[in-house]
Amino acid sequence: MPGIRFTLFLETALEDACKGLIMLKTTVLNAAHRALGARMVDFGGWDMPVNYGSQIEEHHAVRRDCGMFDVSHMCAVDAVGPGVKTFLLRLIANNVGKLKTPGKALYSAMLNEAGGVVDDLIVYYLSDSHYRIVINAGTADKDLDWMAARLGEWQLDVTLTPLRMGPKAVGMIAVQGPKAKAKVWEVLPEAKAATENLGPFFGVQVGQLFIATTGYTGEDGFEITVPAGKAEALWNALLEVGVKPCGLGARDTLRLEAGMNLYGQDMDETVSPLDAGLAWTVDLKSERDFVGKAALLAHGQKWQFLGLKLLDKGVLRAHQKVTTAQGEGEITSGSFSPTLEVSVALARLPLGVAIGDTVQVDIRGKLLNALVTKPVFARHGKGLI
Amino acid sequence: MNIPAELKYTASHEWVRVEADGSITVGITDHAQDLLGDLVFVELPEVGKELAAAQETCVVESVKAAADVYAPVAGTVTAINEAVVDAPESVNQDAYAAWLFKLAPANAADLAGLLDAAGYKAAVDAA
Repeated sequence: MPGIRFTLFLETALEDACKGLIMLKTTVLNAAHRALGARMVDFGGWDMPVNYGSQIEEHHAVRRDCGMFDVSHMCAVDAVGPGVKTFLLRLIANNVGKLKTPGKALYSAMLNEAGGVVDDLIVYYLSDSHYRIVINAGTADKDLDWMAARLGEWQLDVTLTPLRMGPKAVGMIAVQGPKAKAKVWEVLPEAKAATENLGPFFGVQVGQLFIATTGYTGEDGFEITVPAGKAEALWNALLEVGVKPCGLGARDTLRLEAGMNLYGQDMDETVSPLDAGLAWTVDLKSERDFVGKAALLAHGQKWQFLGLKLLDKGVLRAHQKVTTAQGEGEITSGSFSPTLEVSVALARLPLGVAIGDTVQVDIRGKLLNALVTKPVFARHGKGLI
Repeated sequence: MNIPAELKYTASHEWVRVEADGSITVGITDHAQDLLGDLVFVELPEVGKELAAAQETCVVESVKAAADVYAPVAGTVTAINEAVVDAPESVNQDAYAAWLFKLAPANAADLAGLLDAAGYKAAVDAA
């Protein structure tokens, strides 16, 4: 664009990964998005819908009713073989040994030797010889290389199969909101019995579908993995029962309000999970060794990961500097919260800063006041700060 | 694309209406609001501020992006539309009604350098 300076905060995280790419990758739902008139953007090398009209209306639909997202750009990887549990115990910062019920999921991260985050992920325990890992879109190739290198190094018998191409290719649709489950059951009545008593963070195979009680919005709902050839029919069936299509714009404000980290913004290979609010998903207590553990133990926690609510008028954005009585910090994710109707942010702040403190954020040279909060702003339809 | 024929434009997506008294009223175009998405914050200049042509004058921010608004020509800010500060979404609803500021041009001849509707459309299509 000539003249006007657009800074698209949503894409900055991953845009470096796709520079030089000639063709954008498309999900199996690309034509469906275009038919709905979506505004498409380059997200980590993928041609994805940022919104289908009003991003704020899409956000409210998920908090108040029901919306759906195409998350087929994320990469599901089946890890199968006799060595798989040993592999994941060493690869992942949380302890997959805790997963004993088939279908149970765990959120965690893979670290490098320096304790930086290679990627955050969800791992499902399906059996002692079969786990499914879901990794981010923009980091998928890097992650697969990383995992293959560790497998070679550790000489373990595990086969990694990304469910991207060929007969195993899948699409993924996240249906989220207080009415999400009822809408899914309306479209897939055969799935109700298997999913109505499913606890949080569980997945279950229902025929050709893998239906999980996971999400990235802070609302109830399902993430449905569907054979690629059937994804568009499922998307259209959900549209017909009134599920609102939602783009990556609303997905970003929903996850921000829910206090969920975004890889590439809130943490990356140079950031320790302990400094990014992810200590809860790092297991340092057991005897188990994992990649990055020694570095985490040696360095400890250097920063706090907290929320900010802007008290003055403006919009908090990633990379703005935060001045506190204890020193300088930085916003890692910031936007306008449609639920709270104020600007909120996630920030890396010096140790010693406390919830309830007032700090100053540098926005275009002006120091504006912000309140330090818990790093969770809204979930289940309600504001929490 | 909604580009009213009676207005003037800049390649940086401001619209300009030349008033009877020679002052100009400035806003952002419908195309600009469409690119930005839902606006949530508008920061206006101070009345009396003197601006050079193409100087950053104020900021509009949507949920996902921030954009600078530039002075179409050199001049002095004579009025600002406080209503859009309280209702940034009014720019999305009607970009040509929700003006941002009025300017007394330093030199009326500078207005001849602005784009007409066809020129602006060509600039957008070329981008």
